[in-house]
Amino acid sequence: MKKEIIVIGGGASGLAAAISAKKEGRDVLLIEKEDRLGGILNQCIHNGFGLQVFKEEYTGPEYADRYINEFYKNNIEYLLDATVTDVIKIKDGFEITFSSRKTGIKKVNTNAVIMSTGCYERTRGSIIIPGDRPYGVITAGSAQRYLNIDGYMVGKNVFILGSGDIGLIMARRMHLEGANVLGVAELMPYSNGLTRNIVQCLNDFDIPLFLSHTVTQVNANKNQRLESIIIQQVDEKYNPIEGTEKNFKVDTLLLSIGLIPDITLLDNLNVEKDYKTKSVKINQSYQTNVSGLFICGNSLQVHDLVDNVSLESERAGVCASQYVLSQTTKANKNVRVVAGKNLLFVTPHYVDFSSESSKIVFQFRSKMKIEKSMLKISQDNKLVKNKRINFVVPAEMESITLNIENFDSSNDIVLDLEVL
Amino acid sequence: MTKSFICIVCPRGCRVNVDDNMNITGNQCKRGESYVLTELTAPKRIITTTARTVFKQLPRVSVKTDVPIPKELIYDIMNIINGVVVDKPMAIGEVLISNILDTGSNVILTKSCLK
Ligand SMILES: Cc1cc2nc3c(=O)[nH]c(=O)nc-3n(C[C@H](O)[C@H](O)[C@H](O)COP(=O)(O)OP(=O)(O)OC[C@H]3O[C@@H](n4cnc5c(N)ncnc54)[C@H](O)[C@@H]3O)c2cc1C
Ligand code: SF4
Repeated sequence: MKKEIIVIGGGASGLAAAISAKKEGRDVLLIEKEDRLGGILNQCIHNGFGLQVFKEEYTGPEYADRYINEFYKNNIEYLLDATVTDVIKIKDGFEITFSSRKTGIKKVNTNAVIMSTGCYERTRGSIIIPGDRPYGVITAGSAQRYLNIDGYMVGKNVFILGSGDIGLIMARRMHLEGANVLGVAELMPYSNGLTRNIVQCLNDFDIPLFLSHTVTQVNANKNQRLESIIIQQVDEKYNPIEGTEKNFKVDTLLLSIGLIPDITLLDNLNVEKDYKTKSVKINQSYQTNVSGLFICGNSLQVHDLVDNVSLESERAGVCASQYVLSQTTKANKNVRVVAGKNLLFVTPHYVDFSSESSKIVFQFRSKMKIEKSMLKISQDNKLVKNKRINFVVPAEMESITLNIENFDSSNDIVLDLEVL
Repeated sequence: MTKSFICIVCPRGCRVNVDDNMNITGNQCKRGESYVLTELTAPKRIITTTARTVFKQLPRVSVKTDVPIPKELIYDIMNIINGVVVDKPMAIGEVLISNILDTGSNVILTKSCLK
């Protein structure tokens, strides 16, 4: 059995990629490890999805439903309850290993792979909080899943570390379900979540946000259950300031301290990494340096808006299809894309001048909040394009679309934001 | 005095300013204007939550108010939804509670419940 394209993951990204590749006429198989399609959207029952794509505001499950219906309509082959465990490069493509309770371990070959595996949450292991290691310290996303899918509240008195969107959404959600949400602490002097979530999740319910604060101590009771925490203000170097200690009696500490693209499947392939996005490098076709390996959605870069995930993955599906048709083995003609000093990162990392895709969608995040800025795109110190952007914050990804004809094929392309 | 709001109608989150003469600036689209006007007089929100079901495969189903409801009724409406149990298969979009607390808003399913 050989497929033209295998999509790994059936969230917003995998659905959109599979649909667009299938519409291009490709033979597609989608593999999803959960028992349903939709991915993280299934537990995001709040509003705020789809304004760009559908011009209407949906909840996560409603947004997923639109794509799942479209997916069914296109008669795309798919497997549920099947986890991909290995991706190996072979001649003319890849060998994919997956395991499922129904079929056991199986292998299938394919010309191209689209990675749409989403992201995972940073846990306590990835930061250091001194003190006990009690029950009751859990990631905000797991708490969201327990509450919204299983109907189970993880605690009564809650504090939240990190102001990422999941944390903010969960502050409101648990407050409305009757929990006592005592506050949110954020290490940075600004929030990491969308501004609208600060307004409608915290301000609406007078839940305090402690900026430039972190949890410096967790204490357990004799049953190993969380009993209290101490938070402290931090200085510019993020060191706790003595004398600013605040004590909170809580049974639950939710961690909303960041998301990391899930690319563990690529460990055995020689894929070039980007330490900024914590994922891999791509060209404008979402193709990695391993030819035939495409990646999009949250496994490529953590997105704040699902609309961008869908649009990006749709493009990746088309590019993967073009690749299968032309089976490009010709040498890439890559020019680097470089993030200037005020940008955290830019994708794509390369523009391939031998590629079919002439459209380049640059996506980037700023390092800090900038009220008024000018986006400048240049090559060899010459300005290619500029655009004014107001209110840029790291929490919101920005983008600009340009045609390859704007660029020459011999110099680095540099993007930066100038503060006005 | 100029009052500043963050428009929450869409994720763009424009900062919208209103001065004493009700001049509204900063919104990137018209909806920002009406948002600020209701926010000044009678703030409204959409509620999204879950309702209990009798089904093991799907113990909770997500629901929402189909139009925004007055902010001060949020807790009352949460209480009513928490007292309801879905005991038959229902489709996405179907009405679970109609015209809740006479607000003109229906509580509808945002996910299909075994249908
Ligand atoms: C709490 C929260 C709030 C959000 N709020 C908003 C909002 O208000 N508005 C908005 O527009 N966006 C919001 N987003 C963002 C948006 O929902 C996500 O960016 C988007 O849904 C991600 O889609 P994805 O397909 O990349 O990842 P996912 O949905 O995570 O999908 C990845 C899928 O891959 C599967 N998978 C992983 N590994 C394997 C494997 N080895 N084998 C098989 N399958 C595998 C997983 O099971 C999963 O189904 C929010 C996200 C979160 C987490
Ligand atoms: S003013 Fe318009 S664009 Fe700006 S946040 Fe409100 S709805 Fe969105």
